[in-house]
Amino acid sequence: MTGYITLNYWDLVIASVFLLLNGAVSLGLHLGLERKLAIAAVRMVIQLVLVGLLLKTLFALASPWITLLVALFMLLFAGREAWARQENRLRGWWGYGIGTSAMAFAGTTVILVALLILVRPSPWWSPRYALPLFGMILGNTMTGISLALDSLHRSILREQRAIEAQLLLGASKWQAARPFLHTALRSGFMPLINSMAATGVVSLPGMMTGQILSGVDPTEAVKYQILVMLLLGGSTGMGVLLATLASFLRLTDERHRLRPERLDRPKETA
Amino acid sequence: MTLPAKALYMLQVDNLQRLLIGPVNFKIPDGSCLALTGPSGAGKSVLLRAIVDLDPNQGKAHTQTVSREKVPAPQWRKHVGLLPAESGWWANEVRSHFRTPEKTRARLPDVLMPVAAMDWEVSRLSTGERHRLALLRALENTPEVLMLDEPTSMLDQKTESAVEDLLRHEIGQGLSLLLVTHDAGQPERLADRLMWLENGRLSEVPIGTQVPA
Repeated sequence: MTGYITLNYWDLVIASVFLLLNGAVSLGLHLGLERKLAIAAVRMVIQLVLVGLLLKTLFALASPWITLLVALFMLLFAGREAWARQENRLRGWWGYGIGTSAMAFAGTTVILVALLILVRPSPWWSPRYALPLFGMILGNTMTGISLALDSLHRSILREQRAIEAQLLLGASKWQAARPFLHTALRSGFMPLINSMAATGVVSLPGMMTGQILSGVDPTEAVKYQILVMLLLGGSTGMGVLLATLASFLRLTDERHRLRPERLDRPKETA
Repeated sequence: MTLPAKALYMLQVDNLQRLLIGPVNFKIPDGSCLALTGPSGAGKSVLLRAIVDLDPNQGKAHTQTVSREKVPAPQWRKHVGLLPAESGWWANEVRSHFRTPEKTRARLPDVLMPVAAMDWEVSRLSTGERHRLALLRALENTPEVLMLDEPTSMLDQKTESAVEDLLRHEIGQGLSLLLVTHDAGQPERLADRLMWLENGRLSEVPIGTQVPA
């Protein structure tokens, strides 16, 4: 690293002037956003300061077990978030379990490949590498899974009659639900595909920008970004596929029936 | 009411149970029509869904050639068809819903629809037209038994008698029907026997029994 320019706290105070201006605009135009803006800004500052302190402590502790514990906590939190983002969730533990297990499997596979074979920090579990990478992987996989499951569950409730019409004519559950499985998988993959397509032209990814600002050679930063994008692709793809298939199996049974009553919104045909 | 002594049973249902219905036992002879009626909410549609195994249920069912528990559900549903009260459509064009659209096109006049309807978009069809097309679609599988849930409730009298003629023709070809109806006249015109479903129990009643409004 060629070194970076450190910021002092006054720099941050001065930068907050722009936000205060936004608040003034909101007051002037009666947009009613100033409260929300203030709360969000304060939350952002507190959360980031805390996470900064936490990471600093974790790096100092350099313990594989504590690193693992934090990764586990991130996973469980991501699972909850993926669950919360769906409108119609699977009932019971399935709702939380399918998304979280898919993320656990896909995320763990990809992070292990990244740490043990690709980046190879020393030690390999070094929290400085493991946690930010795991965070990015989880975040993207979580978005993909929640979008895919939301789409699948929604279409199974909405298109129950169309799916059952095919089942009644002797179609298998896979044939009858194929278009909806396709749509679910597509919506799970779309954010990743879109962000890959726009990267570098429309948006400079935050991680790469951060590295460049901290003095890393842009071509090196780009290599890291490409690696991360590929890892995200692998994990999102695997996670979305696993979660969608598992959820579909839960919503159907071995007699090729649709089981929409296993979704949150009770639905019983009389 | 009188069954020929040599009757072969095309559909036999033994101890079928689903939710509050059953255990239910009945048989439909080859090439005959059994009508099923009863008060609204008695679970007639639930019973039909259970027979085709579209909802979890207990009990056995078999036709002359297959036994429900011995074949995968999709295969069973090709032998025992169900036309629900509301038809389902999964593609934009009418023809995409048919296995053999050109063959079925020739049958459209039987249900008083123009042969061109095969090339229409589904969104253009009325509820009654959808229902008649769904009947032809269900017949494409040449099932042994076809269960119909109020097949003519949304049709005018002229169309209703065309559909009944078609059903009578199919019965003549050996198809067995299980017909859910609220129309007291329909069992007289089509059925050999009439069953009454109430409080989860099935009993045989004389044809012509009125359904309380």
